[in-house]
Amino acid sequence: MADEVQTPESDDDGTRRREFLYLATLGVGAVGAAAFAWPIIDSMNPAADVLALSSIEVDLSPIQEGQSVTVKWRGKPVFIRRRTSDEIAAARAVKAGDLVDPQPDEERVQQPEWLILVGVCTHLGCIPLGQKSGEPTGDFGGWFCPCHGSHYDTSGRIRKGPAPKNLDVPNYVFLDDSTVRIG
Amino acid sequence: MRMKVLVIAAAFLAGISSAQASGEKIELPQIDWSWKGPFSGFDKAQLQRGLQVYTEVCATCHSLGLVAYRDLADLGYGEEEIKAYAGNYEVQDGPDDEGEMYTRPAIPSDRFVAPFPNENAARASNNGAYPPDLSLMVKARKDGTNYLYAMMIGYADEAPEDIQLMEGMNYHKYFAGHQIAMPQPLSDGVVEYTDGTEATLDQQAKDVTAFLAWAAEPELEERKSLGIKVLLFLFVLFVMAVAVKKAVWRDIKH
Amino acid sequence: MATKTEFNNPVVRWVDERLPVFTYLDHEYNQFPMPKNLNYWWNFGALASVVLVLMIVTGIMLAMQYTAHVSMAFESVERIMRDVNYGWLLRYIHMNGASMFFIVVYIHVFRGLYFGSYKAPRELLWMLGVVIILLMMATAFLGYVLPWGQMSFWGATVITNLFSAIPFVGDWIVTWLWGGFSVDNPTLNRFFALHYLMPFILFAVVGLHVVAVHITGSNNPTGVDVQSPRDTVSFHPYFTAKDSVGLVLFLFVFAAFVFFAPNYFGEPDNYIKANPLQTPPHIVPEWYFLPFYAILRAVPDNFIGAWMGFTLINAKLAGVIAMFGATIVLFFLPWLDTSKVRSARYRPVYKWFFWVFLADCLLLGYIGSQPAEGAFIWIGRAATAYYFAHFLIVFPVLGWFETPKPLPTSISEPVLKENS
Repeated sequence: MADEVQTPESDDDGTRRREFLYLATLGVGAVGAAAFAWPIIDSMNPAADVLALSSIEVDLSPIQEGQSVTVKWRGKPVFIRRRTSDEIAAARAVKAGDLVDPQPDEERVQQPEWLILVGVCTHLGCIPLGQKSGEPTGDFGGWFCPCHGSHYDTSGRIRKGPAPKNLDVPNYVFLDDSTVRIG
Repeated sequence: MRMKVLVIAAAFLAGISSAQASGEKIELPQIDWSWKGPFSGFDKAQLQRGLQVYTEVCATCHSLGLVAYRDLADLGYGEEEIKAYAGNYEVQDGPDDEGEMYTRPAIPSDRFVAPFPNENAARASNNGAYPPDLSLMVKARKDGTNYLYAMMIGYADEAPEDIQLMEGMNYHKYFAGHQIAMPQPLSDGVVEYTDGTEATLDQQAKDVTAFLAWAAEPELEERKSLGIKVLLFLFVLFVMAVAVKKAVWRDIKH
Repeated sequence: MATKTEFNNPVVRWVDERLPVFTYLDHEYNQFPMPKNLNYWWNFGALASVVLVLMIVTGIMLAMQYTAHVSMAFESVERIMRDVNYGWLLRYIHMNGASMFFIVVYIHVFRGLYFGSYKAPRELLWMLGVVIILLMMATAFLGYVLPWGQMSFWGATVITNLFSAIPFVGDWIVTWLWGGFSVDNPTLNRFFALHYLMPFILFAVVGLHVVAVHITGSNNPTGVDVQSPRDTVSFHPYFTAKDSVGLVLFLFVFAAFVFFAPNYFGEPDNYIKANPLQTPPHIVPEWYFLPFYAILRAVPDNFIGAWMGFTLINAKLAGVIAMFGATIVLFFLPWLDTSKVRSARYRPVYKWFFWVFLADCLLLGYIGSQPAEGAFIWIGRAATAYYFAHFLIVFPVLGWFETPKPLPTSISEPVLKENS
């Protein structure tokens, strides 16, 4: 850029000063353009109203032992299952080392009775079956994803099929014995 | 030539801004609002008092449908306070498992609950007049802040003799046509401020105007503070660009 | 391409040998010879293209958040203002950007009028510019409807109703435009689709406009053709530097409005949701349409163009024709102006008429903002009459009667004289 403005009589010092001025101006302009890119990118992030809905409170009192409910959280289904003692026992009998994604059941629940999972298959995002009575629950008594045949056990862990990981456990806290806040 | 153009352009812009008024010219009282300057923002204590006036007086008839309870964090309220405030209102939700709609207490993510379920219900309760939503009132009127303030203080006990008030209407100094369906909403001591401020008519009118100015432009403070930075940046860049231009052109005779 | 540019970077060279985009850029934006006497009024073309890009970028982001449905459009715009991250910034840039676009383009046009940039060989360049203005107007009108406020709705109603003035098929056309029997959801939906489409057409025509100016080269304040390399400097760095000065100054003004007076150009009524049962007491278009609005209303109500007992046109149609004619007449300007001299610097009489015309346009703008009553009606009619007389009488006649000042023999001549 500086070459074209150089004239025979210009001294080296002046040239270097101008060279610096051009680069500095270009740099400051580039910083401004980059700063303007941020609001544009950030506008696509979740908006305030979307974030405000990102936690929900669920009343657990109507759920009987052995029943499941599905609630919507961040646009996805969350499976809440009140497990029977048999199911808990089955989940805890498995050795963690035998699993595709090793994780003991104790780490996946806060209270053994209540299993709370994001109901999205970790393979390609389908919703596994097994919430309603009569639906297939797979070979391990938990959930079965019809898309590509992934089987989950009574702790929501992947046991068979293409899915690489266990069903996600969302963040949740028990506000009292019968209310849980997810998110 | 340049000066001439600037003068004409300035006159033109001035012409546009004064062009909207029509009919009788009503002079609104001009208040020196705290958030009007380029560096200034809202007074949180005043916004909280304004919310109290809105809640206890305006909300009986006027909705504020574009504002959510969670937005009250801007006024300096904490999560629990907002939850408690929202919990005072019932919203319809549903359907439940039996297919019935039900009501539940509002939560922070809900928008302000309207006093009437729909416009017809609002008209039916207000002699046929529709109390408009207040979310954008400050932006939806010319000189909106002073207008709102004037609406609060402009009632007179007796209409001038040349004005024939219609049934159920009230005389108002500043309202277009001087007849307004809304009865005087505020007078001295209508609310009792929790912060001990004396609740004169003037004070309440200013506070609720401030609150509604915030409701219309919740981005105002962020906008101005970012604006100062942007203008400073552009000023620096301008000085540099002028220096570059001079350096580039210094040997060209033109 | 006359000569190929040699590039050192092997990737650039590989691409350039197969598709000479880099050679093109080098020729058109690096080496391109520009008259060296261009003043700052020549910044505005570059400014306009920057605004166009800004409008497209912010517009695409807004479209991701906007809902084109009558029951949700107004609320979705307010959601952008309140909940979307920096939504208020994008929306205020887009909203004020429309005004900035027109300010910049109107200055660009008046610069062309003053210095005779429309004359041979730049007729087609000028006509493409008129197409750009028409597309901008259509795009701005469509976009103004989208927030679905009171002015959006009633503006759409009034403007679409203009088409009912067309004889025989007018009512059918209006129903067709609406997709119903009033401005309603189908109208809003198609306006959104068209508002998204138009800027890209606009962009393409701007591309042609730029190609055309690179064929003829820029006009310059003397209006005298470039004669030797002595008269020119390369586009880069001379005009990149000069345009940057204007650009940053312009962005400063733009930002001042966006951050500190974002609703200055707007109408308070548009913050009231559209109500098909109630028209606002005083509806006015956005400021950039005001001169045209004044021309539309200038035709007397009792105007009847009758010929042998047939009613050819009524007042409404005549108003519509006048309004569109005000822009269409610009297409013919290169041939209406009979003077051989381009720049008003050497046209002592035209110079005065130029300022009269500018004042006339501003006056029309003022009249357009006022209610059509009393003296305003007559001033509006006189200003409209002058508007057309300026093109149809002043331009052709001046060329025959005016004695131009002696032209410099070259662009460099006045400079050399001053400096010697």
